[in-house]
Amino acid sequence: MTAAGISVTRRAPRRLADRLARPAFLACTVLAAATLVAVAGVLGVETVRFFGTVSPVRFFTEVDWTPFAEEPRFGVLPLLAATAQITAGAAFFAVPAGLMTAVYMEHYAGVRTERVLAGVTGLLAAVPTVVLGYFALTFVTPLLRALWPGTEAFNALSACLAVGLMILPTVIVFTRNALRSVPAALMETGLALGAGRGRVVARVMVPAAAPGIGAAVFLAMARAAGETMIVTLAAGNQAQLTWSPLEGLRTLTAYIAQSSLGDAPSGTVQYGAFFAVSAVLFAVTWGLHATGRFLMSRRSRGGLG
Amino acid sequence: MSVPTTRAAVPVLAAEDLTVRFGRRTALANVTLSVPRGRVVSLIGPSGGGKTTLLRAFNRMNELVPGVATTGTVRFDGVDLHGDEVDPVEVRRRIGMVFQQATLFPRSIFENVAFGPRASGYTGDLQELAEELLAAVGLWSEVAEDLDRPAMQLSAGQQQRLCIARTLALRPEVLLLDEPTSALDPAATARIESLIHSLRQDYTIVLATHGRRQAARLSDLTAYLAGGELIEYGPTETLFTTPRDRRTESYLTGRIA
Ligand SMILES: Nc1ncnc2c1ncn2[C@@H]1O[C@H](COP(=O)(O)OP(=O)(O)OP(=O)(O)O)[C@@H](O)[C@H]1O
Ligand SMILES: [Mg+2]
Repeated sequence: MTAAGISVTRRAPRRLADRLARPAFLACTVLAAATLVAVAGVLGVETVRFFGTVSPVRFFTEVDWTPFAEEPRFGVLPLLAATAQITAGAAFFAVPAGLMTAVYMEHYAGVRTERVLAGVTGLLAAVPTVVLGYFALTFVTPLLRALWPGTEAFNALSACLAVGLMILPTVIVFTRNALRSVPAALMETGLALGAGRGRVVARVMVPAAAPGIGAAVFLAMARAAGETMIVTLAAGNQAQLTWSPLEGLRTLTAYIAQSSLGDAPSGTVQYGAFFAVSAVLFAVTWGLHATGRFLMSRRSRGGLG
Repeated sequence: MSVPTTRAAVPVLAAEDLTVRFGRRTALANVTLSVPRGRVVSLIGPSGGGKTTLLRAFNRMNELVPGVATTGTVRFDGVDLHGDEVDPVEVRRRIGMVFQQATLFPRSIFENVAFGPRASGYTGDLQELAEELLAAVGLWSEVAEDLDRPAMQLSAGQQQRLCIARTLALRPEVLLLDEPTSALDPAATARIESLIHSLRQDYTIVLATHGRRQAARLSDLTAYLAGGELIEYGPTETLFTTPRDRRTESYLTGRIA
């Protein structure tokens, strides 16, 4: 068949696909953008209206969150602190474990071990958060109570462990990507210079991947901060400012989930509080995510000086 | 054990019936070649001929490639490099290698030079050592101002010289240089060549190169490798003026790329 023959037979369908592809993709993009604008709009409008009633200063400085009390208080700090605590706690468990797993998979494991670990990581990523939450409540918490008898039935530590498990695959996958973007020739060079593998990994490969690993940490923390089901099940819903990991607490997400069940009629200040808390949550996750993406964009520069 | 011989009589490096395969591809086939102490040996031949593979066999780098299979023997000072008691890390310290592409660590000039000595637990003054080695490769006057500059900011020729300095920092006995000038312009090439010339007093050097004239200028002995086979090996002058093998002759006269 001649080249011309091929192009003639293929031209018609390809053109049709081309003609459909453009508007189809455009429609999807517009739809996604419109949804985002709508969400941001509702969030913004309701939050501004809420701050017309409750002063932002009090919102961010008071330490009581009692929206349904006779004299309601809207101090978001306990919720914010709880989210920070869960996020940091989850990262505390997931980052070292994930980092070590990723380094092992990239630089030590044989093909088969690597494949098994990748499979397990994928499986873990597929576990629904409700299952993880239930696991925390029925398995982790009794264990913690056996270790430290004072532990409350709802406690932060149990939630931290389960959320850590949830974000572990994120840490592993993004860290592996970061490690893989470091030229393999650097490993060979290090070994050729009479260094052991561990030394090359610690002194060359991991530092060169540092921005990407930082990105992995922040993207994982963004997921942890937005986690709802596990914290509701395992950490409970008590808005209190406590740093004890063995007590219960209430995160931004847990409050949103609870209040969206609809006990505050539209237009009330309690209804507005829901949006203000949502806006704070959005700011937190967006901030973590943006930091992660910023670090990711620095990755290509090949490490630090 | 064996009959005592004078140290000079034992070749520094020797490949005996060495075959290296990557999967089903044979990169080196039954190569036997020895490198006398204190000499410069050039490996020449077409692309894919096995030059890099032979260099890497000399410091046990091939074994890092998944799916590699090696048969035959490689000896260093008469000792089988693949013997049970031989530590590959130690081998690589004593037989230094500079790769075909300059692969600097994304760190400072100083950190690059200090990497090897630090790895082997060097206890002397690293600053002094760095100065000495950078001077040895003619880089000191160009970088003395700021050793903390990222190494990647250097020119290609400077990077290659830094790579050589970094390998010299191991205080090796043998230097394996894989096409050290292939990415350089004529001026930078000339500098590297005069550097190699000056290093020949202190090191045994094995140099893989595409430059026939470079091999002629720099080496005492030349090996012609093609298709993984050692076609011819002998004193450089003999090989260039009166090659025994027809294939060597075709290569030298430029009929094989
Ligand atoms: N890591 C590897 N995996 C698979 N095959 C390889 C590998 N390294 C080398 N080879 C093959 O071994 C053969 C010899 O390659 P080698 O790199 O030693 O040649 P060379 O003479 O150094 O070539 P050049 O002049 O292009 O550098 C080639 O056929 C090459 O494709
Ligand atoms: Mg080569």
